[in-house]
Amino acid sequence: MNWHEMPQELLINMKRLLVFIRKEFYHVFRDQRTLLILFGLPVAQIILFGYALSSEVKNIGIAMQDNSHDIHTEKIIRKIQSSSYFKTESPILDYKDIENRFKDGSIKCAVVFPANFGSDLQRIGGAKIQVIADASDPNTATIVTNYLNAIVNDYQRDLNSSAKINYQIVPELRQLYNEQQNGSLNFIPGVIALIFMIVCTALTSVSVVREKELGTMEILLVSPFKPIMVLIAKAIPYLVLSLINFMIIMFLSVYLLNVEIKGSFLLLLAESILFIITCLSLGLLISNVTDSQQTAMLISMMGMMLPTLLLTGFMFPLENMPWIFQAISHLIPSHYYYIIVKSVMLKGLGFSYVWKETLILIGMALFLLTIALKKFKIRLS
Amino acid sequence: MPAVTLKNISKKYGDFVAVDDVSFEVQKGELFGLIGPDGAGKTSIFRILTTLLLSDGGSATVQGHDVVKDFQEIRNKVGYMPGKFSLYQDLTVKENLNFFATIFGTTIDENYELIKDIYDQIKPFNDRRAGKLSGGMKQKLALCCALIHKPEVLFLDEPTTGVDVVSRSEFWEMLGKLKEQQITIVVSTPYMDEAKLCDRIALMQNGKIMSVDTPKQIIKSFPKPLFAVKAKNIYKLLQDLRNDQEIESCDAFGEFLHITLVAENANEEAIHSIAEKYNPENFEVKKIEPTIEDSFIRLMREQSDLK
Repeated sequence: MNWHEMPQELLINMKRLLVFIRKEFYHVFRDQRTLLILFGLPVAQIILFGYALSSEVKNIGIAMQDNSHDIHTEKIIRKIQSSSYFKTESPILDYKDIENRFKDGSIKCAVVFPANFGSDLQRIGGAKIQVIADASDPNTATIVTNYLNAIVNDYQRDLNSSAKINYQIVPELRQLYNEQQNGSLNFIPGVIALIFMIVCTALTSVSVVREKELGTMEILLVSPFKPIMVLIAKAIPYLVLSLINFMIIMFLSVYLLNVEIKGSFLLLLAESILFIITCLSLGLLISNVTDSQQTAMLISMMGMMLPTLLLTGFMFPLENMPWIFQAISHLIPSHYYYIIVKSVMLKGLGFSYVWKETLILIGMALFLLTIALKKFKIRLS
Repeated sequence: MPAVTLKNISKKYGDFVAVDDVSFEVQKGELFGLIGPDGAGKTSIFRILTTLLLSDGGSATVQGHDVVKDFQEIRNKVGYMPGKFSLYQDLTVKENLNFFATIFGTTIDENYELIKDIYDQIKPFNDRRAGKLSGGMKQKLALCCALIHKPEVLFLDEPTTGVDVVSRSEFWEMLGKLKEQQITIVVSTPYMDEAKLCDRIALMQNGKIMSVDTPKQIIKSFPKPLFAVKAKNIYKLLQDLRNDQEIESCDAFGEFLHITLVAENANEEAIHSIAEKYNPENFEVKKIEPTIEDSFIRLMREQSDLK
């Protein structure tokens, strides 16, 4: 090849690549199923994990009976009513009423102020409140009584500080990195990893295998287009689509679920691109060894999605698993990505804290990509 | 230098021998037909020649390039239309054509003259998705895509299978025009009537080539006089004649039976006298010219007799 022919050839190759990428986008945007998986899934998962699967307790039905009707009981009742944890129902008539309403599920908790609550408090310096919680769900019952305890303690503190100085040791508990106990936090990194696994790995492998099934791979191979370029042209559109997905997830997390991105967004983006490349390589590798779309889908789903769900630590803590599962989890790329996202996004840590995981991901990406390219068949079977 | 050469090519899938020691040559500018039923090994030969498949033995070249060593050279120069419709169903006619033109490093305008005759027929459907085209239209589009880069050799694997009769004859007309452009064409078909439209043909059966020659020469080398007979009860006649000692072969061809006699010199009277033994109603007999199909069946029988 002469020196002046080189740019010409390069230009043609660039054009080939571009037209191929455009074709891939046609495929994606003309197939409702792919579109649904691509953009419906992330939104659905974010909303599902953010709202429906939340472990927080909110809007607990509560009913109260005030037999004292003084300034103290009214203040406490107002505090409970204004809390977002509770939804105040109509006052209790008698004890039988409590049981009935527990049974039909309209309330989970009942509070009874005895007669003379205020005068007892002022004269004897102590008064009692009866709190009854429905413990058929013990978790909720515990949380509810804790909330009420906190509200009453809070009121007591207000009272003490205005009256006289009272030495009290109040333990201040802090749930680090998630002080508002925002349940969405933990899920976000896991959901991102899961979605990348689905979009990059499954869709990429299926799209390559589809060409084999349709027979278009035969034509592509018998053309001046280099076989390796087929893989690159397949990977680029899904890289772009995954990045768009990443942006959507970030947007939803910040504005819908109120999750704050504490660390550097650029670092997060760079790490995500690295993880996307790892997933793409995995997808291309799967497409090399399978000949039907169903098989490709099955391998990506069973082989990639399930381990991501179960063994990255975002649904079930890894620490409690038998050693064999812990060992397997170290082979899963999403395990490292999950750690990275958690560190950067939730804890606000810098690169110096995640370089080890990054290095492992780079190694995995290179390893998978090399095998995928090497294993790519330039002929049929 | 021939456009295509095959020397002792064989291909096995496990224990099954798909291509068995096949050798032939295709000259430059020739329209060469591989004729044989499904499973004869035609597709395997196409895939070996288009460098998609490695043979288990023998060697082959296309335009002087070895199919194994210089596969990229061949891929740059040939056009290939696989047996199954292999374009993007969700892309429109225009998009498909544009895509393949660019992949092959050319544009639609550059080689427009070459595809004009064919493309004009599908142009009204430019914006229709390829998956929504009729069978004949699909074949025309596929041919356009295979031709868009002006290939030196064109490989067409069963281009007319599943296409209606009118589209089939149109398709062969187009191949005739392409031949005038000095493009070497290798085409396969299971339809014997298409064989006579080729310059030369290879008759294939069970992975073996039975004969390679011009259609005329193959018909000419049919060794015996051939007769077509007919009667009211054609099925009974077939049974009777097949069991007759004097009849060498008897095969059903539409409403007629094609027969040859064991005796070298046969005429219509001889046939009459054989048939009269079975008292057929409305019996008719006439001497006919053999077709490629007659030759094919005869060669097939000879081959199995050898075994």
